[in-house]
Amino acid sequence: MIPEQPTTPPPPPKRRGFDWRTALVPGLIGGGSIVVVFGVLGWLVATNDNWPRIRAQFFNPDHMLAALPRVAWGFLTNMQVWLIAMACIGVWALVLAVVRSLRGAWFAPFRLMVMLYIDIFRGLPALLLVILFGFGIPALRIPGLPNSGLFWGGVAMVLCYSAYVCEIYRSGIDSVHEGQRAAARALGLSEWQIMVYAILPQALRNVLPSLMNIIVALQKDVALLSVIGVRDAVREAQIYTANTFNYSSLVVAAGLFLLATIPMARLADWVTARDRARRLQQAG
Amino acid sequence: MTQPRIASGVAPRIAIEGLTKYFGNHLVLDRVNLRVAPHEVVCLIGASGSGKSTLLRCINRLIEPDYGKVLLDGVPVEDPSFGKTGLQRRVGIVFQSYNLFPHRNVLGNITLAPIRVHGLTRAEAEARAHEVLAMLGMERFARAYPEQLSGGQQQRVALARALAGGPDVLLLDEVTAALDPELVGEVMAAIKAQKDRGMTMVIVTHEMGFARGLADRVCFLDGGRIVEEAPPEALFTAPEHPRTQAFLSRLIEGGRL
Ligand SMILES: Nc1ncnc2c1ncn2[C@@H]1O[C@H](COP(=O)(O)OP(=O)(O)OP(=O)(O)O)[C@@H](O)[C@H]1O
Ligand SMILES: [Mg+2]
Repeated sequence: MIPEQPTTPPPPPKRRGFDWRTALVPGLIGGGSIVVVFGVLGWLVATNDNWPRIRAQFFNPDHMLAALPRVAWGFLTNMQVWLIAMACIGVWALVLAVVRSLRGAWFAPFRLMVMLYIDIFRGLPALLLVILFGFGIPALRIPGLPNSGLFWGGVAMVLCYSAYVCEIYRSGIDSVHEGQRAAARALGLSEWQIMVYAILPQALRNVLPSLMNIIVALQKDVALLSVIGVRDAVREAQIYTANTFNYSSLVVAAGLFLLATIPMARLADWVTARDRARRLQQAG
Repeated sequence: MTQPRIASGVAPRIAIEGLTKYFGNHLVLDRVNLRVAPHEVVCLIGASGSGKSTLLRCINRLIEPDYGKVLLDGVPVEDPSFGKTGLQRRVGIVFQSYNLFPHRNVLGNITLAPIRVHGLTRAEAEARAHEVLAMLGMERFARAYPEQLSGGQQQRVALARALAGGPDVLLLDEVTAALDPELVGEVMAAIKAQKDRGMTMVIVTHEMGFARGLADRVCFLDGGRIVEEAPPEALFTAPEHPRTQAFLSRLIEGGRL
């Protein structure tokens, strides 16, 4: 027999508020373990016979303060180069990826060229390219071409990173279901329109998390330009070190880089998580 | 082979002659002949892999055949007189998996081709889209995104998108196969309405009720050939070809007929 149903269903369970006692224990354990691990590390370093020397060399507050303005000024260059390079890479890689994905015999030579481009620029160390472009091209003194190392170093970065980003875009384009293409083609859209209106919007959304990671990596790699004399944060810190025989300026530069990349990394995590939630929702 | 059932003297809307298609070495369509009269509804049935989708896609040139030809009102579909998009405007297609553009809302899906291909203004295209949506009972969802719609609703949007260009031929490839049983009815009703408006249709289906209720003629494909064609009652009750008999008895065993 079915038990008799009450006329109204029971009320929804009361949502439990934040419970300090249940949250406290894991929180304490987590916080405690961090304190212990870093405390032991710090203690090992600080009780080391060499600690006073280490502190004077790396964490000297006077030197840090003295170096900060120049290093920060240099870091501004890093940020500028990063932003401009990011925009150029975004566009140039997209052009490459679209050309690489165009179908039809007419585009075969272009596809081949892009393939060659990717093979070359992905196969070469970025550092080598930066030196080659940043020192090499200005040294030619070709009239009409800019001869700043910064410019050519930046070009090298863009060429190199575009090869990677192109492949990311392409994986995004490939991940769009074949049926989308068929539907667009059946509506009479041209090959080009299919790309622009049907494929790319979906492809870009699919690869946003990977792009964010590349953007973080690029932010650090801008420092490669310091080897060709661009006065970025690393270069400025090095100059300070050379004059004072003290490394605290480099620690300042490190701090600035972390300050910029860690929020970016968290943002990338957030975008990835959101993207995964969207995919799960779609699948379900 | 059974005799063609087209009333003599009526020029066919679609004429398929000796259509042959290989995928690699695999013969998928083998000298298929088929004529569809204006306003006629032809259903294609057959086992999975028998070439139904391929045949359908040759009609609007999503697939190029290796031999043979497809004529629309006597004009080969690859004829330059169709221009780049004339064929696509006259022949609409709906797929099993809807293939709506997920990043565009319902209106955006329907107006894409009218605006970008047919050169309508946004206002004209949207007015037309609202008309078509109203006809399919989908007006309320004009601003919704595909992921917010049920399967049956998505399929009706796909139908609206195919109808927006004002085609006179509709190709339907298993449009109810991905739907929950209770949603099949609404899509079927929409297709029935198209038949009543005089649309010429070629319908691939596994839904024998569909074929029975809608088709003027049913073609059974096997191994890339049309081995039997007849009005639905005749084909379902008294199939002549042993392959058709085997196929239908498998369906009956599966409880699908
Ligand atoms: N693009 C392709 N490349 C290679 N082989 C293909 C391609 N498309 C279809 N085929 C093959 O051609 C044959 C016929 O395919 P088709 O999709 O026309 O069959 P179908 O009758 O529609 O089957 P189903 O009922 O499963 O949809 C199948 O064996 C399939 O594997
Ligand atoms: Mg099929």
